[in-house]
Amino acid sequence: MAILVIAEHENGALAGATLNTVAAAQKIGGDIHVLVAGQSVDSVAEAAAKVAGVAKVLKADNAAYAHLLPENVAPLVVELASGYSHVLAPATTNGKNYLPRVAALLDVDQISEIIAVEAPDTFKRPIYAGNAIATVKSNAAVKVISVRTTGFDPVAAEGGSATVEAVAAAHDAGLSSFVGEELAKSDRPELAGAKIVVSGGRGMQNGDNFKHLYALADKLGAAVGASRAAVDAGFVPNDMQVGQTGKIVAPQLYIAVGISGAIQHLAGMKDSKVIVAINKDEEAPIFQVADYGLVADLFEAVPELEKLV
Amino acid sequence: MKVLVAVKRVVDYNVKVRVKADNSGVDLANVKMSMNPFCEIAVEEAVRLKEKGLASEVIAVSVGPTAAQEQLRTALALGADRAILVECGEDLSSLAIAKALKAVVDKEQPQLVILGKQAIDSDNNQTGQMLAALTGYAQGTFASKVELAGDTANVTREIDGGLQTVALKLPAIVTTDLRLNEPRYATLPNIMKAKKKPLEVLTPADLGVSTASTYSTVKVEAPAARSAGVKVASVAELVDKLKNEAKVI
Repeated sequence: MAILVIAEHENGALAGATLNTVAAAQKIGGDIHVLVAGQSVDSVAEAAAKVAGVAKVLKADNAAYAHLLPENVAPLVVELASGYSHVLAPATTNGKNYLPRVAALLDVDQISEIIAVEAPDTFKRPIYAGNAIATVKSNAAVKVISVRTTGFDPVAAEGGSATVEAVAAAHDAGLSSFVGEELAKSDRPELAGAKIVVSGGRGMQNGDNFKHLYALADKLGAAVGASRAAVDAGFVPNDMQVGQTGKIVAPQLYIAVGISGAIQHLAGMKDSKVIVAINKDEEAPIFQVADYGLVADLFEAVPELEKLV
Repeated sequence: MKVLVAVKRVVDYNVKVRVKADNSGVDLANVKMSMNPFCEIAVEEAVRLKEKGLASEVIAVSVGPTAAQEQLRTALALGADRAILVECGEDLSSLAIAKALKAVVDKEQPQLVILGKQAIDSDNNQTGQMLAALTGYAQGTFASKVELAGDTANVTREIDGGLQTVALKLPAIVTTDLRLNEPRYATLPNIMKAKKKPLEVLTPADLGVSTASTYSTVKVEAPAARSAGVKVASVAELVDKLKNEAKVI
């Protein structure tokens, strides 16, 4: 029994989400092979070969796989899948995009966003915005699973010595093409993997006021997130959104500033180890999940907090 | 061109759901049900395409219980021309729903199918991608902008690092993100008019679709509750607690 893990990568570097996905594969048990699909991915394949616990790296280097267009990547994974009991991908926007296409082509149901492995065929996953945890059992010949990265501690990026094997298969469906992208630039840690996250909501009042959070975040080495209200109001770009429909985070410390704590926001952060809420409304639902709550005006509390940490 | 929109009846997004005592599922008896918020955005986008003269007909489809007719009537009140319900009692997997939708696509031959990116109950985020796989069409998931030009759809997608634009050959499948548009409200005259619009009811058997699934739910539990926290009186006390009690900074 072997497990195929599809690597997440960007700009020639292996993404951290891959390490959490390999950790999930280790919980299932069996040889772990990593598929690196993309264009000019030699450095990614080398990095994947060094990941602890990986037995083999499959490198599919082809212009058709650039930007992981699902129409082209899915047939590649399907072609490889017959040799595996499980196909795993991180539940990133890429994984969520191509993996269900793989599952349907294999005629099996996909298990989305697992947070725990109970047995090789039994997994736990959150439903209803994290308000219930379902234990599901799959009897599919090939189990296609996306992994919620915050549910698994990453494996070491070093220590492995897997062989790298090139995959010749080229699938170009000719249905779609990449036009362009606009990536948000930031020097702060990546939101999904950060140890500390400072998030702002509607209470920030405008985009300019987020500078208070950036200053605090820089002092703490934290990433900055936002609630949907802050994104919709145009204060910050949408890739900063934390919640059921944004990113799922589970940092050591989550500081929610001016966020009421709607169900949809809690879905994205309530597995954080320590939650701090700063809000002037003492009835705000965020206080029901906060380990430390401070009822205060954020425009006074945040600068003071920045000075004291 | 014809546009097909898939909608799902789900528990209202404001409802705090409770897990049943026997762990068989979530208690949905006497709970307010609504159209899935992402599906509302899909309907709105289709209606806007029609208003721009790009779509000739908007067909709303749902795969679900008899009561899902309510959500189809809502879609009709928002501007869809006619509706199809693929009626089935049990809760189907995303793959089974995609297969039913594929049969409807074969029957209706739409140029564009718009779905929500995920349903807020099962949180699967699968059906649109699976439908694309089964039909062999291109997919534009998590769309925040859709532009049609001839036989191409340019779709701007929300990705982890920002935005990405892809060009899709039509016919294609698009799934909506929250920022695609702001859905309108149905007005009373439109709700009245919607009652007269055609609603066809089919079964998976009529469409020759199998609803078998490769997974089963063993149990459903409530998540671990967080223990109640404390309120601190000042920023200094908060910093002290974080440094010395929680030891996180």
